[in-house]
Parts: sequence; C-alpha cells; structure tokens
Amino acid sequence: MASADAPGEFRYIGKRRRTKEGPRFVQGRGRYVADVALPGMKHVALVMSPHPSARIVAIRTEAARALAGVRYVLTGEQFCAATESLQIGVDAPQVTRYALAHEVVRYAGEWVVAIVADSRALAEDAAELVEVEYEPLPFVVDPERALAADAPLVHAAHGSNVLYHRRFVWGPVDEAFAGAAHRIAFRAVWGRSSTVPIETFGVVARWDPGTELLDVWASIQMPKFPDQVARALRLPGNAVRVHYDVDVGGSYGGKRGLKHTVLAGYLAMKLGAPMRLIEDRLENMRGGDAHGPDRIFDMEAAFDSDGTIRALRIRAVDDVGAYTGRAPLQLGKPITAICGPYRIAAIEYEPTSVMTHKTPQEAVRGFGQSPTNFALERMMDRVAAHLGMDRIALRRHNLIRKDEFPYRIPSGSAYDSGDYHTVLDKALAAIDYPVLVAERDAARRAGRLAGIGISTCLEPSGGNAAFEILFNPKNETTTWMDSCLVRVDLAGAVTGVIGTSSSGQGHETLVSTVIGEVLERDPASIRVARADSLSALPSNSPVGSRMAIMLGGAAAGAARMIREALIAIAAHNLDCSVEKIDYRDGDVSVIGDPSRKMTWDQLVEIAHRKYHRLPPGMEPGLQAKFVWEVPTGGGLPTPDGRVQMYPCYAFEAHVVYVEIDPDTARPELRRYVCGHDCGVMINPDIVHGMTYGGIAHGIGAALYEKFAYTPDGQLASGTFMDYLIPSALEVPALTIVDHCTPSPLTTFGQKGSGEAGYLGAPAAIANAVNDALAPLGTTLDTLPMTPHELWRKISAARATARS
Amino acid sequence: MTPRGHRISVEVNGHMHGGEVPARLTLVDWLRDELHLSGTHVGCEHGICGACSVLFDGEAVRSCLMFAVQADGHRVTTVEGLSGEDGRPGELQDAFCETHALQCGYCTPGMLIAAHALLRGNPHPTEAEIREAIGGNLCRCTGYQQIVEAIEHAAAKLAERGAR
Repeated sequence: MASADAPGEFRYIGKRRRTKEGPRFVQGRGRYVADVALPGMKHVALVMSPHPSARIVAIRTEAARALAGVRYVLTGEQFCAATESLQIGVDAPQVTRYALAHEVVRYAGEWVVAIVADSRALAEDAAELVEVEYEPLPFVVDPERALAADAPLVHAAHGSNVLYHRRFVWGPVDEAFAGAAHRIAFRAVWGRSSTVPIETFGVVARWDPGTELLDVWASIQMPKFPDQVARALRLPGNAVRVHYDVDVGGSYGGKRGLKHTVLAGYLAMKLGAPMRLIEDRLENMRGGDAHGPDRIFDMEAAFDSDGTIRALRIRAVDDVGAYTGRAPLQLGKPITAICGPYRIAAIEYEPTSVMTHKTPQEAVRGFGQSPTNFALERMMDRVAAHLGMDRIALRRHNLIRKDEFPYRIPSGSAYDSGDYHTVLDKALAAIDYPVLVAERDAARRAGRLAGIGISTCLEPSGGNAAFEILFNPKNETTTWMDSCLVRVDLAGAVTGVIGTSSSGQGHETLVSTVIGEVLERDPASIRVARADSLSALPSNSPVGSRMAIMLGGAAAGAARMIREALIAIAAHNLDCSVEKIDYRDGDVSVIGDPSRKMTWDQLVEIAHRKYHRLPPGMEPGLQAKFVWEVPTGGGLPTPDGRVQMYPCYAFEAHVVYVEIDPDTARPELRRYVCGHDCGVMINPDIVHGMTYGGIAHGIGAALYEKFAYTPDGQLASGTFMDYLIPSALEVPALTIVDHCTPSPLTTFGQKGSGEAGYLGAPAAIANAVNDALAPLGTTLDTLPMTPHELWRKISAARATARS
Repeated sequence: MTPRGHRISVEVNGHMHGGEVPARLTLVDWLRDELHLSGTHVGCEHGICGACSVLFDGEAVRSCLMFAVQADGHRVTTVEGLSGEDGRPGELQDAFCETHALQCGYCTPGMLIAAHALLRGNPHPTEAEIREAIGGNLCRCTGYQQIVEAIEHAAAKLAERGAR
C-alpha cells in the first residue's frame, strides 16, 4: 500500500501508468540469457576447489576428455597464460585474478577446471571425472585474524592481506571528543549476505572468425563491461559486441560476471563454437564471486547532554574475500553520506579492506551504504539510551533542517535538498505512533518481547564514481556519464535508444515517459530500443541509483533537442521567430495567430524529405543524442580526501514493530511503514516496487541471510535451504508514505530510488529487535539477527537474571 | 554413450507432445530445451525458489524436481498456457501488469502459476491465504506487496465477471 502526493505540473511524469515491460514478462516472453540458444552451442561446467587454500599438485583430466560428447578441458595454466588478469579498483597490481585458478586455490568453490561438452549434463558428468591433487595450505577466514602479522597471506606476492587502508579526518575530531560531555563506543557487525537474484549469472559468447568479432549475451549490470572483457581477452575494444537486449533476472548490483564472460569468450574463440556458461545455484553461491560486504564497525560518538552529536570515529574493516574487483570501493561510497542525515561537524573514518580465503565480494545494492547506515542508526539509538532521551527527539534534534540545504558535510559532498523532519513525522503519523507504543507496552505486560525500531537514512543517488579516485591515486575518473539517442522516423513514430541492459528497473518505462513528457506524445507509442555496445552511446549502467537522474536526464536532453528542431522547422516555414511558436502535443501554431499551424506529421516529413524547407544549416533526418555528465561531478579530491561524490540524496524514515516469540525466538514483523522522499517520481509504481523490494532485501540482511563459513573454511550456506531469502510469509504488509522535495540539480526534480528501502530497513529492524531485547538488559549488534542468535541472547539474559 | 531413451506423451498447454527422453532429464529442461517453452525459469534446481513452477494435472509443482518421464500421460500447464485463446494476457496476468507485480520478471511465471492454482481452488482468498499460497515462490524484486495486490485485484475482477 502506498500513498502519493502526485506532482501536478506534469502530464505523464508522476502519474500511475502501466509499465512497458509488464506484458512480455507476464506472458513468459522475457528473453533472458538462458533463452539465448545458438546453433552448435556448447556448454560449460566447472570443477571447484574443495579447499580454502591449497597448492595444486596435479590435475588429471584424461578420463574427462575421454567421455563422449566432451569437447574441451581447460585448466588455469593455459588460461592464465592466454588472458590478462581482471582489473581491480585499488592500487594492488600483485592481486591478480583469473577465472581459473593457477598453481594455488584461494577459496573453497574457486574454479579450477572448465569442461566444455555438447550438453550441460555431459559437462557435469565429465567434471566428476577430473582428479585434482591438492596440498592444503594454511588459510584464514576471519577478517581481523587476517590483519595479524602472522596470518596466512591470500596473495603472497602482495605481501599483506590489506588491500586498502586510510585514515580520513574531516574537521576537529580530537577536539570535539575532548570537549564533549559524553562519549560512547560500541561494535556493530554486518554479516556477509548479498543480492542473490533468483536468476544466477549466465553468459553466451560467440566468436566469428570471419569478422573477428566476439558477440556476448550476458545477464549483466556492470559499468565498462565490454572494455574490460576486451582487455582481458587481449582484443581491441571494437572486437567485443555486448548485446544489451538481454533481460536480466534480478541483479541489485551483483551481476558483474567478468570472469565468467572472459572464460566463455576464450573458449568460444578457442573452439570456434558458441559457448554457454550458466551457473547452477551451487556454483553461484560458492564460486559466482558475488558475496556482499562483510564488515565490522567500531563506532565512537561524542555528544552533549542535549543530544547534539559533535563528532564520530568510524573504523570499518571489510572482508572482500580472496580476490577483488570493485569491492573495496564499497568502503568508499559511504563517504558521500558518512554522517547520514545528521549535522555532525567532525568525522574520522578509517576504512580497511582485507582479503581472506572466502568467496570474493561484489557490489550490493547501496554499495556499502546500508551497512554504514545500520552502524549510524545503532549509534543514534545507543546515544539516546545513554542520555535517557527519546530516540525520535534525538533524531529530530540532529537532523539537517529543511532550510539548511544545500548542506555540505565534512567529507566534502553537498546534500541537494530534503525535508527530513516532515518525512519522519509523516511516517510516525501513518503508523499512529502513540497507539503503536501502547500496543508494544501492552504486549510487554502480557509477557511478550516487543519492540519498535526507527531509522532515518539517506540514499545517495546519481552514481558518480568519485570514490575511485579516493581509493586509487592512479585513477583520475571524474565523469560517469549516461546518454540517450532519440529518433523520430518518417512515419512520425518516436524511438529512444539506450545503451544498457536492465534487471527490473523499468528503463523502457522511464525513457518513454520522459520523452513523452518533453515531446507531449503518448509514452505508450514510444519504443525504447537497446543498442549493442558497438552502436551504443556511452553509459555507465544502472548502478548507484542513477538511472532516473542520469538516463532520465539524458533522454530529456535528447527529446528537448528534437522539440527545438521541430520548433525551428515550424518557425522557418511559418515565417516567424521560434519564440512565436506554440508547441502543443507535437503540433505547432503561431502564438496570437492560431490559423497558421502545422502538424507533427508535416514537420517530421520536412525533416526527413524536404531539405528545401529546412532552416539553413539544419541536419536532415530527425534524431538527437545527448550525453549527460553527473550533476556536480567532475571534481578531484582535496589532499585530505574531501570530494563531492553523489549529487542527490533521497531520504527514508522507517518505523517497524517486531514481536519475538520468547520461547522460539522467532521474530515477526507486525507493522512496517516507510516514509520516503526521492523527489519527483517518474513512475510511482516503479519507485514503490523497488522500495518494497529493498525493504524485503533488508529484512533478509537483518534477520535471515548469511554466507556462513565453518572453521575449516567451507561455505555452510550454499543452497536456498540454508541461505534464507525472505518469502511472502516473512515479509509483512508494507506501507510507504511519499513526500516530494524536488532536487534542484535534476531535469524534473527526480532523485534516485533503486536502493530505497534496503538502505534503512536493516537499521530499523536492528533497532526494533534491540528495543524488544531492552527489558532483558541485553543488546545485539550483529547481523543477521537469526532466531538462533536471538534465542542465545534471550537465554543468556534469562540465565543471568536467574543467577 | 547415448542414454537410453524413454518414450513419453504429455499434454502441454492443451497440445499433445511426444518424444524420447533420457531418464535423468528434468521436466523443466524438457519444457525449455525440447518444447522451447522458455517462460518457465530455472532458479535454484533444488525445489526452493519456485521459479520453475508449472501446473501438473492442475496442481502447482516444481518442474526442476520432476523428471520428464514422470509427466508421461499427465497434463502440464506452463505460463504460456495461461494466456487467453486469443493469445492475450488472462485476467491474472493483466492484474500483475495493473499493480506492477513484477520487476525483472524472472519469478513471475512461477508466481502466476502459484496464484492461478490458488484462485482456482479459492476464488476469494484472504491476504494471509495469498501469502501462504505464494510462500513457496521467492521474489527478490518486489517484497511481494504488489504481487499480493495483483492477486487480490484479479480475484475481485474474476468475481465481478462471475457475478455478471
């Protein structure tokens, strides 16, 4: 259930409209990578390492090769000699990464041998026949243990398990701590979970020796994917053609699949046959390299008796696993909202990215912001408890006020706009907070464990990659553009061309709505096409909650150029200035003289056929491209690490009520309200849908989902029977209350929303559970707060009470 | 070595399909690879996620946990069979579009199958009954909210049509 304040000044934007994507999906007509079937296609299966760390002594593949239907067996020795290591986001050139292990394995599940066969089943049969002899080596799976001087090294050549470490100090932190009346310190731990889409990662690759072109169909959400594939395969960029018209069955940040694609591409070239590599669930969970942040926060806060928070110290240790790509940067993105929605003048942030012998980490929805928000919001509740102050009053006291925007935080970013107090008030009103408190208290009197959780969190959006520069001094990336091409054909139909694949975000709806708004044409009539990577304009893909802002802005920019061209043609033919043209629904007339008019069809025909009637110098045909740079982007950091990162900041206030069964410790979320302000919504159903989904994802991270490791380095939750994704029975009815504070930086006032819900739900749920545990005198700051962990806490608290 | 085949004959979406299949071929692989009914998706291959749900003699089952040979002589309906005879989306599918009950679309066919089975046996389900019925189908995009709304919407529309 969602309630919305629809902005009035738009025709299509902000209105409830059916999506363009829906009909094909409800009829089973999506085209996912597993639906791409090419003649002569071969199938890949993988042999995975059973050891977290070992030397490969010998690989015996004769029996596998002898099996009928087996076409090739590839080991790391051959593959690593023929391809380049994948790129990583920090300056650590010795931390190499290939799709297949060579000489050593560094985590249980790592791919060691690839088998190619006529069917996936035969390839799996052959994989069973491969014998790999290992010499087990020491390993480390605990990130703090990995920091010790005597820890086994994951990459010996790197000389350390630390990939990145820096201490940022923004503002007078030591002075604030010395001068504040109160201080608290605590540890908060975000467990290793991830996005875990229902579709695993898959890729199909085909090499054409005639054109020397590698075609790739993949379930990706990855910036600069084609360039990286080409580089690893030692091909020129224009020898790789990535097809973006593949429906991606969920991603939420995680579907990167570089190693898979390089492997499939290599095999396709080697064998001259199309190659399909689609992970099964075990391969996905163990060797898909898509685990999420695994992070320990040591938090310190300094504050006054009235609740004013003066300074923070945040020490974050993040375990990226055995190999890395962009994962360490997930410690960098939260710098853009390091103090959350609060006025905190001095901050020390000390991120450490460490490697262990575990499955590698990949990007997860929010890129590290949700764990940070969780730690910040636990801090707010702990500060309130320390002072005996109401949690809501403490937040209200510290929230940035509406009249303070744009508000620059100590780490360099300016927040664009917001009305945090109003959104929080709306959420509290929607859940009827005083009644909820009475309900909780009645439940407690009846002997139940009941708690209310609140979180007030930010969603940075607009996806500027300025953290790349902060985390790698050799990197000078200061643009993160996106683009759109708009064409009007001879028959007057409008097409928007985009250069990225989608994983459920509704980009076709977004682009058609925006173009329709600008051109005043029905979005239902506008087609959105996906170029392949050789014909596409530049895009940085739908990461960083950026497409409403960036693709929406690019589509609007191109549509405006079309509109201006039509007006120029009209003015030329109606013999007046462009200022005198009244444009309405694509037709035009002269202001003050409506009998002088032309239709859309007439204008389009002139553009396509009648050069003699075009204004001098105008390009014939009717198409326009627009490449948009991230608003506020382009800057380099200061020496002390201050930089404007993301441009826009959406806000969400969660209020959740939980009851925990005192005997089984099963938590039940009984009420859930999320107040949400992401500026102007292009399509409210899409925004609400992503927010509901983000909350459900956050429920999983808070209560259920964990890639757990045994002490002997094995992943203990590699199936859906032990890695628990919330079902409709764990996710309660959700209520969203909208508020709209437009962004002054974007085309229509929109902000991003792709990470909404997920950025505040774990924090709110953790606070609710701790409120429920408070009468027992115990706390739990480690996610996920599984029933078993809760039961242990409850039992221990009761045992203490009895003794 | 070609695995020995077994002859099967299955009614799929109202049409008879025959063929020779290896004993170990799963029903979902047969539907997708042999009949080219790619609407049924594979999510976990161990019976948890429900993406591969099909109607088997009218009951929602996991086609990744069944062998094709087990379908011999039975009736299977996939998402492609839920559309009307004119090929247009049925009431339930239309309701999914109306309430935006899908994002990436990957779990959608399985959800539709589960919801279809529910509404056939219980045309007026409560919210709790809807959640129970789709409780074996995992969705990572929607948080289930708009799916529950879609099924409620479809139930109301179907009741309205029945009352007419």
